[in-house]
Amino acid sequence: MSNKGYNANFINRQSFIELDARERATALFDAGTSRELLGPFDRVESPWLPMQGVTPQADDGCVVMKGKITGQAAVVVALEGAFQGGSMGEVSGEKMTAALDLACADNEKGIPTSAVILLETGGVRLQEANLGLAAIAELMASILALRKHAPVICLTAGTVGCFGGMSLAAGLASYVVMTREARLGMNGPEVIEQENGVEEFDSSDRALVWAIHGGEQRYATGLADALIDDDTSQIADAIRRFVSMGVPPVHRSSQVALYRNRIEALDSSRQWDPKEFRALWATNGSNEEKR
Amino acid sequence: MSEYTGVRGTVWFRALTGQASPMPGDPKSVLTADALLGNDHARFLCVVPDPHARFPCARHGEVGLEEAFTLATRVREVIEHDKNAIKRPIIAIVDVKSQAYGRREETAAIFLAAAAAADAYGSARLAGHPVITLVVGHALSGAFLTHGYQANRILAFDDDGVMIHAMHKEAAARVTRRSVGELEKLAKEIAPMSYDIRDYAKLGLLHKLLHVENPEKPSPQEIRNVQGELVAAIADARTSPADLRSRLESTAARETRKASILVRTKLEAQWLEK
Amino acid sequence: MEQIEFNYPAKRKVLKRAHVGVVGSGDLEVLLEPAEGEVAHVFIRTSVDGFRDTWKAVLDRFFANYDGAARIQINDAGATPGSVQLRLEQAVEVSER
Repeated sequence: MSNKGYNANFINRQSFIELDARERATALFDAGTSRELLGPFDRVESPWLPMQGVTPQADDGCVVMKGKITGQAAVVVALEGAFQGGSMGEVSGEKMTAALDLACADNEKGIPTSAVILLETGGVRLQEANLGLAAIAELMASILALRKHAPVICLTAGTVGCFGGMSLAAGLASYVVMTREARLGMNGPEVIEQENGVEEFDSSDRALVWAIHGGEQRYATGLADALIDDDTSQIADAIRRFVSMGVPPVHRSSQVALYRNRIEALDSSRQWDPKEFRALWATNGSNEEKR
Repeated sequence: MSEYTGVRGTVWFRALTGQASPMPGDPKSVLTADALLGNDHARFLCVVPDPHARFPCARHGEVGLEEAFTLATRVREVIEHDKNAIKRPIIAIVDVKSQAYGRREETAAIFLAAAAAADAYGSARLAGHPVITLVVGHALSGAFLTHGYQANRILAFDDDGVMIHAMHKEAAARVTRRSVGELEKLAKEIAPMSYDIRDYAKLGLLHKLLHVENPEKPSPQEIRNVQGELVAAIADARTSPADLRSRLESTAARETRKASILVRTKLEAQWLEK
Repeated sequence: MEQIEFNYPAKRKVLKRAHVGVVGSGDLEVLLEPAEGEVAHVFIRTSVDGFRDTWKAVLDRFFANYDGAARIQINDAGATPGSVQLRLEQAVEVSER
């Protein structure tokens, strides 16, 4: 008998990227243990979008669910990338921050509770500008408080990726999980091209975009802790593993001397080939996981 | 005029510390000094333009890779030093154009550099250090998230040269596909979109708006007043929780952030159900 | 942004509420809930003004085959009539599961 010629796993896999925020969040929980908080029927919407002729979404593009992951209490907060680019507004921002604060309070009461934040976002919602920016600052403060007790896991799967101020939230996370399709960076290629020209960053060069911001590059340079195929059950497995691992001994964003030295060692007089850069930064030291 | 000049940071750093230099080995774009403030030996930090910075995209007052990691280092130094002692205040003087926009920066993960600085400031706050931010000029976007926005208390001058926002007007207009005029009109009705610091103050995030006749040339009396306000903010921070709840509990927030307060109340109620 | 309302006669109770869709460019969100009495109420918020007649045509067609006493909220960001029909059908499917 000849080889069937296809990989049964590949055929059977279910794309995570094709799921909306609600479906993604639900998929990460132990079956039947999750419930949504402040869902669409609560109608807590943006007060600012209708004022400028933009149709609000009933959950403001942020899904909060509480339940169990690998038997442990967990909260999952997922941004809907298809609504306003997943951008942070007053309400969506506050949902995320308040959820993390409630998880933190539960930890302090002796109920270990992890958080998973699904970041498909361009950063601040410009229609809410300063409240979006403030929301990110407050979220960052809440991540810092919670991650002392329990892991805060950032999952960015694509297609929007994680950009703008929200990339700092990813930077503060205990663990970062990405797919190859996902991208993570402070400034997207279009913004860089606008500010400093096409020589600095040709945003139409898709290969360059992924070579710098893509999940594979981030994982290879020790900036993401796992690189997972776009497969719902594999991604859920990865999240379970990181929940079980608990708080890392040192968070990446606290490894200041390590990274400051790496920056100092860089030859700033030229651009670097992304593959060459992998050789410089291949080991993270602590939280790396081989898929 | 709200043009970014990049001089106010140095002016106020010198006014408040009597110094204006980086610490040995640090890049010239980050000024750090320890100086007397009230009865405390406070650490002051400021990011300033360095036209000879190593990274080409960080030569005009942007917060780049070196700036972010230097801030993180100098803040963590204070946390470590004061581990078993009185927690000294940390004062962030802010006049920053933006984050650095460059391919090198993205490749070398400026998002992590920024997070590292914010981590340091936030960890200092959580450890009990009063972290006070004084916005003397511009405080934009990623740069402000990196340097200043993790403070217990934020103070700002009430003049046109002070701007706190997520994106400069021209870029914001382009991204939202509006004209600058349309944006300015919207900003008048929608407080969070405004570029005017007095509208920002309505959001409840600011501890206090301070008046200085000419922030680029303060008088000795005005400097003393600002010092007094910083001392008062430090005392206020010391007698309050170390988190950022004061931003939502302020009188102004109760007016303009009703939706945030509703989210918090409802979410807590639903969290506890079942 | 335009707000449009329609009412249609209804015969039977709706048992379960349903939510489908996303207010993405070219998409819409539908919230379907039980309503009292023998009327179905439709509330539309759309960022594309001037298409009341098109909305009426789509809803007339939908309600020709649906007689649930429902309160239907539509949050729209420029969906085509085909997408509207699809989302309404999905919402009904979820509410009758």
